[in-house]
Amino acid sequence: MNEVSNSTHDSYSTTLLGFWVYLMTDCILFTTLFATYVVLHNNTYGGPSGRELFDLRFALTETFLLLVSSCTSGLAPLSLDKKALKKTFFWFGITFLFGAAFLVLELSEFTRFVEGGNGWTRSAFLSAFFTLVGTHGLHISIGLLWMIVLLVPVWKNGMTLLSCKRLHCFKLFWHFLDVVWIFIFTVVYLMGAF
Amino acid sequence: MDTNEPHYKVSVASCTVGFLVSVLLTAAAYFTVTEQLFAKKTTVIVIGIFAFLQAVAQLLFFLHLGQEGKPRWQTLTFFSMVTVLSILIIGSLWIMYNLNYRMMN
Amino acid sequence: MFGILTLDAFKHDAIEMIANISMILGFLGALGLLIYLKRVKWFWREWICSLDPKKIGVMYATVALLMLFKGLVDALMLRAQQMFSVDAHQGFLETSHFQQVFSAHGTTMIFFVGMGVVFSLFNLLIPLQIGARDVAFPFLNAISFWLFGAGALLVNVSLIIGNFSAAGWLAYPPLSELQFSPDVGVDYWIWSVQIAGIGSLLAGINFLLTICKMRCPGMTLMKMPLFVWASLGALILIIFAFPILTATLGMLTLDRVFDMHFFTAGSGGNPMMYVNLIWAWGHPEVYILILPAFGTFSEVVATFSQKRLFGYKSMVWAIGAITILSFIVWLHHFFTMGAGASVNAFFGIMTMLIAIPTGVKIFNWLFTQYRGRVLFKTPLLWFFGFAIAFTIGGMTGMLLSIPPVDFQFHNSLFLIAHFHSMILPGVLFGFFSAFSYWFPKFSGFKLNEKLGRCACWCWIVGFLVAFMPLYTLGLMGATRRLNHYESSTGWQPLFIIAGCGIVIIILGATFQILQIVVSVIERKKNLDTTGDPWNGRTLEWATSSPPPIYNFAIVPEVTDIDAFWDQKLAKKKETPVYEDIHIPKNTPIGAYIGGSAFLLGFGIIWHITWLTILSAAAIPFFLIVRLSEKETEYCISAKEVNALEDARRRPTA
Repeated sequence: MNEVSNSTHDSYSTTLLGFWVYLMTDCILFTTLFATYVVLHNNTYGGPSGRELFDLRFALTETFLLLVSSCTSGLAPLSLDKKALKKTFFWFGITFLFGAAFLVLELSEFTRFVEGGNGWTRSAFLSAFFTLVGTHGLHISIGLLWMIVLLVPVWKNGMTLLSCKRLHCFKLFWHFLDVVWIFIFTVVYLMGAF
Repeated sequence: MDTNEPHYKVSVASCTVGFLVSVLLTAAAYFTVTEQLFAKKTTVIVIGIFAFLQAVAQLLFFLHLGQEGKPRWQTLTFFSMVTVLSILIIGSLWIMYNLNYRMMN
Repeated sequence: MFGILTLDAFKHDAIEMIANISMILGFLGALGLLIYLKRVKWFWREWICSLDPKKIGVMYATVALLMLFKGLVDALMLRAQQMFSVDAHQGFLETSHFQQVFSAHGTTMIFFVGMGVVFSLFNLLIPLQIGARDVAFPFLNAISFWLFGAGALLVNVSLIIGNFSAAGWLAYPPLSELQFSPDVGVDYWIWSVQIAGIGSLLAGINFLLTICKMRCPGMTLMKMPLFVWASLGALILIIFAFPILTATLGMLTLDRVFDMHFFTAGSGGNPMMYVNLIWAWGHPEVYILILPAFGTFSEVVATFSQKRLFGYKSMVWAIGAITILSFIVWLHHFFTMGAGASVNAFFGIMTMLIAIPTGVKIFNWLFTQYRGRVLFKTPLLWFFGFAIAFTIGGMTGMLLSIPPVDFQFHNSLFLIAHFHSMILPGVLFGFFSAFSYWFPKFSGFKLNEKLGRCACWCWIVGFLVAFMPLYTLGLMGATRRLNHYESSTGWQPLFIIAGCGIVIIILGATFQILQIVVSVIERKKNLDTTGDPWNGRTLEWATSSPPPIYNFAIVPEVTDIDAFWDQKLAKKKETPVYEDIHIPKNTPIGAYIGGSAFLLGFGIIWHITWLTILSAAAIPFFLIVRLSEKETEYCISAKEVNALEDARRRPTA
């Protein structure tokens, strides 16, 4: 009742386009971090390079987990129909689990590096690595929290137009993070490994 | 044209195709590297192409790029972003490579 | 408990103490005035909590003008130092203080005056000119303003607690790294710019969406006023350039706070990458500043030539060309850093190309006046000052764009004269023109024309006297940021002339303050009762002065360029049919988020962990509170709209 009167203009498509434009700006943010990584990735300052540090099977697992998470988020229905609610929670639940698993793996990789004396202070290469991959991980973390914050009112009061709109934004965000990961996997891990 | 109904329709077909294409391209890139199928430079180009193709697949099948009604603001802003991205990457890499060569050796 | 903050941070020299005391007294004075007039609650409710872009626009302009005052005082100090610091005299500014003054001067002027002015004009004019009632995301708009305010506050607090950066307005590493700038100065710079920058990015998204989605029926893109087109160009630049700044400042922060090595002098860092990235942002930034000024001039020249603007399509083309080209010229800011001939040549040629669309615009403005019936009012006088001075500056830009020539001029006073010739006549005169043109619309009364003319003359003459000598000084070999030199150079007479110039400029600023005071006192004599004091051409003049909160009681329908001119000619007299109008409710949460951002910056700067964590948590907390609010709008019923419209049409006797 309140959402309908929320504006005289079409707020659903405006919000979605606004969020999409924000995602475009986030792409430029990642571009800057990517460009910096590529410029600095050989500056190992006597320390290890990607070839010595990266475990490709590990990165492949992370890639698969995030891909499934992205796909299942796309499968969650956003409908005002009460019957669709179960499916929504099911698919978003899997999205969350696989996303969280990705994060756990990534944090364990970071911990392994730090404990081996190869933290972000070791060299420009490692600073760039931790920042690029870490910024992506930070986005994932915020996404997971955001998912919970969005789904709590849906759990309590059912789906509303407002929740649909916000969850739709979340989906765009989540898909976009997987597209960014494609390039992290390729440029950082695959290209770094030989 | 726009009503108050959410116009997000779950397309199982779209998600499935996108998933399968992504898995294939990821595996292809992975094995290209681990099996050392090509020389270094060629490998970089090949996995670069795979990454680009997978990104296109995800943009089409997950993000439904280009499938909005007119005016296509999302598509327009996306291609503008890609233009700026390309300028930034190509420009920065060219400049920094040049500077590194001339100033850091 | 307070991190690295100790009582030492409050120790300052005499000049800084004077500045601090003046600032604090000024703030207390304003607060005291509000208390005396019993308007504190009103100020909080109607202004601090406002989501009305017209009010937010006024607040942006107020902050920008206060920061302009601060920046001018910085300029005066720099000029004064350079006038007298010759041979045995060391001037009155210590070296470290001198370095902070030129760093603060640039930072203040670009980020808080320039961007403040730009966002002020966006807020005030874009919704009205496209026939909309509001921006796309009113609450986001408030957040943007309060983040901007938080950044401005951080710069000012650095004067009282601690010190500001001494690394210039762009803080190049390795100087800005911890090794060479161990104190809090660079951190103050980083966080004031970073926080304000995020505000700018969010506002950029907001206004882009407003233009894309909220134009009134009939207003296609090619029927929009040129100010909106120019703003659109600037908004595209904001959206794609500011993330570069965010990322780059972020990396500098990581270097300083977490001992990373992006740009450090050792451990594999590459300071040249910082220069590359910061200018990849920095060049679009200067076009962000100038495009709205170009838009203003398009409106002003057309109105005061009483003629439609010449060459609408070519103006739109020129804006597009400038927007695209501004992304592929950034290396001209560091021709001398060591890149080879091919790189320098490419960027030099691209830089020269930008002169073409800019020239098209200047010619179109002149052609508009040809065979018009030109009215020499203050807004147009600012344009004439711009046309002369900006063109001179543009020509020196052509010189600088030639790489081998730039090797002579880079970082000399020639460069300083060039970019001041673009910013003062361009951005500042553009804003002053806009201010005198649109002031009646938002206040309801006109400004004193005579004092406006005096101000204009002082600024134009003052600018020429202050900056033309700098071109000569640059040619004579004078470098920028010098706090002392030998008389054998022969520079001192020119520095003295330049010093006189800044005094004339300050006289101009004094006339402007006087103009505002006198105009407020005489406002009843100069009331704008029609809403259209200049016989304008665009939709903002179709509303009352000041406009009602909903801008348009009835959403306009547009058929051509210069929509309001069309309406006036058609003279349609329809009985209006009103509808309910929904307006966003005011909310303090924007201010709370801005305040939290300020505390977050302060906490990080002074390593106060508990403050950092609390304020970082407060931001999402406030966001969640706001986003959980169910009733964010209130309704003005059709009946009430009817009553309001009737009241404004009744004569004010």
